[in-house]
Amino acid sequence: MPTSDAASARLVANRVLVTLLCAGLLAAWLLPFATMSPNRLASGQTVGLSEALSAWQVIALLALSAVLAVTALRRPLPRELAHSVVLLASLGLLLITLYSLGDYAQRTLVEKSPSARVSQGSAFWVMVFCCALAAIDAFQRASSGWLLRLGYMLIAGGSVAMLFASGHFDDLSIMREYANIRDNFADQFITHLVLVGSALGPALLIGVPLGLLAHRRVRLQGTLFSVLNFFQTIPSIALFALLVAPLSALGNAFPLLGEWGVKGIGAAPAIIALVMYALLPVVRNTYAGLKGVPPATVEAARGMGMTARQVLWRVEIPLALPVMLSGLRIVTVQAIGLTVVAALIGAGGLGAFIFQGLGQYAIDLVLLGAIPTIVLAVIADFTLQMLVVLSKPAGTRR
Amino acid sequence: MNVGALSRPPSSRRALLISLSALLIALVVGMEQLAPLFRALFPDQDPAMYQRESFLDLTLAHLALVLVSSLISVSVGVAAGLFVTRPAGREFEPLVSTLAAIGQTFPPAAVLAIVVPVAGFGFVPTLVALVLYGLLPVVQNTVAGLGTVPSQMLEAARGNGMNAWQILWHIELPLAMRVIIAGVRVSVIINIGTATIGSTVGAKTLGTPIIAGLVGNNLPYVIQGAVLVGLLAIVTDLAFERLEQRFSFGDSRAAS
Repeated sequence: MPTSDAASARLVANRVLVTLLCAGLLAAWLLPFATMSPNRLASGQTVGLSEALSAWQVIALLALSAVLAVTALRRPLPRELAHSVVLLASLGLLLITLYSLGDYAQRTLVEKSPSARVSQGSAFWVMVFCCALAAIDAFQRASSGWLLRLGYMLIAGGSVAMLFASGHFDDLSIMREYANIRDNFADQFITHLVLVGSALGPALLIGVPLGLLAHRRVRLQGTLFSVLNFFQTIPSIALFALLVAPLSALGNAFPLLGEWGVKGIGAAPAIIALVMYALLPVVRNTYAGLKGVPPATVEAARGMGMTARQVLWRVEIPLALPVMLSGLRIVTVQAIGLTVVAALIGAGGLGAFIFQGLGQYAIDLVLLGAIPTIVLAVIADFTLQMLVVLSKPAGTRR
Repeated sequence: MNVGALSRPPSSRRALLISLSALLIALVVGMEQLAPLFRALFPDQDPAMYQRESFLDLTLAHLALVLVSSLISVSVGVAAGLFVTRPAGREFEPLVSTLAAIGQTFPPAAVLAIVVPVAGFGFVPTLVALVLYGLLPVVQNTVAGLGTVPSQMLEAARGNGMNAWQILWHIELPLAMRVIIAGVRVSVIINIGTATIGSTVGAKTLGTPIIAGLVGNNLPYVIQGAVLVGLLAIVTDLAFERLEQRFSFGDSRAAS
């Protein structure tokens, strides 16, 4: 149908934005925006958007949606301007959605019993999701540089953090749950980071030399990569669990080791398993990075009279660094996720809240474990991506 | 990535696959026969053998979960990948690719946990989490695989008078198949692992004895479940490796 395609192309320039807008508005109209329950564990009754929001909030939502709808059209806005407007409007929509939820909780809970709880509903999640997608899509269309992205992320993250810091959400169920476990949360959060960090250190110390070895000794590659791939393939919980038995035997046999923390349950099996998982990406990317260094460059360095050591440190590793860092990125994100499972063998971390919450059917507790882990993984991914870009020679960055 | 297969002769990989599959089947059917061994290793554990469900039942339940979720993931994922690489949907391609990339940074266990408030406990939330998570590598590799088809080849096919369907069916899909299967492999392996964690939200899988053992401080249970699920994942991975090679058209070395 070439004619109708052409007609819609003339009217609508950005069908992705239109789709997202429709999805967000449909969700806002049909799905519950919030739920209201008598206490922490009971399931509550749902509240629609029109009921939860005050008049100015609804008007602001509709106005910003209208702005987005206009930017999706081929006219009147020029493309580049439209992308900037989409970025601003979707951030505005996100903040209003968040603000309205906190505001609703504050307004309704005043006259309710202290144990009553207000939680976010599915429409809330869909709207937040659509705002994020609209912003991501606008960035890709504008093909903006990484500096602009970083700035936008900081502004968006900063405004959301400020809403949290101002106590605006304190009446929400999930934040009340957080208030109950505040100290424990900080502890487990740090445990999570420490576990990830103490796995990454050994993984790099073992993995980078192994990658170097694989590059220098071609015959080792097959066996090395097969073994490391085996580790990667074994499901996390199985690997954690399989380490419990030998480590507890070791800890029992040598009490001194047991005092140092080598025992079946806890951090020791978790860190060992995390290192085993981390090795394949580290070794593979070190190898691939070194392999990507042009032989002519290495030849030239040798010709200039550099020793083998100098060639390695001043030529090969700097040139291989971007690929090695993308290996570190994969490994960091993976370790943050796998540490969740480590809570099952008593290593602690944010996973402890997830499994505790699942056991008690306390959804807020589950989310308090899951959402920070996801945010942590996404932030780590983004930061290391920036590092990868920065580690590339100037002029090849995008 | 089939880096592991680079310099190994295929015959030894095949022997490995066959012997590990045999071991897996023998253990699934005959784990009970090993009871004396577990009693000798763990004299103070009673019972030393997980007996609430048979390991055959657990394995079949685990496989059913992975199979159903993978079928849905693959059909939806490939369809989505095809949609965003056709003229009608090309506009969605950057967003879908980014979404697939960002989504894969989400920890599978966290995705599983987040589905529970929406879908409750048991088989269904695990299935939903598995489908959602399994979609991402399939979409990503479908888009990547179709992107590697040389444009001259499409041009030539068009010049030969093939229509869009014929080009897709006879040119694009066969050439992209190896990369698509690599995506399915990643998706299935992740799903075998996530299904194991699914036992914490009440799905019956091979993770059930592991969790029961960890909660009840019963190491034999833990080992029995973990060995089986570890073997299952390795056997599946080796099988996919062979499947990938079947579609490689002799360029697997260059591509990986």
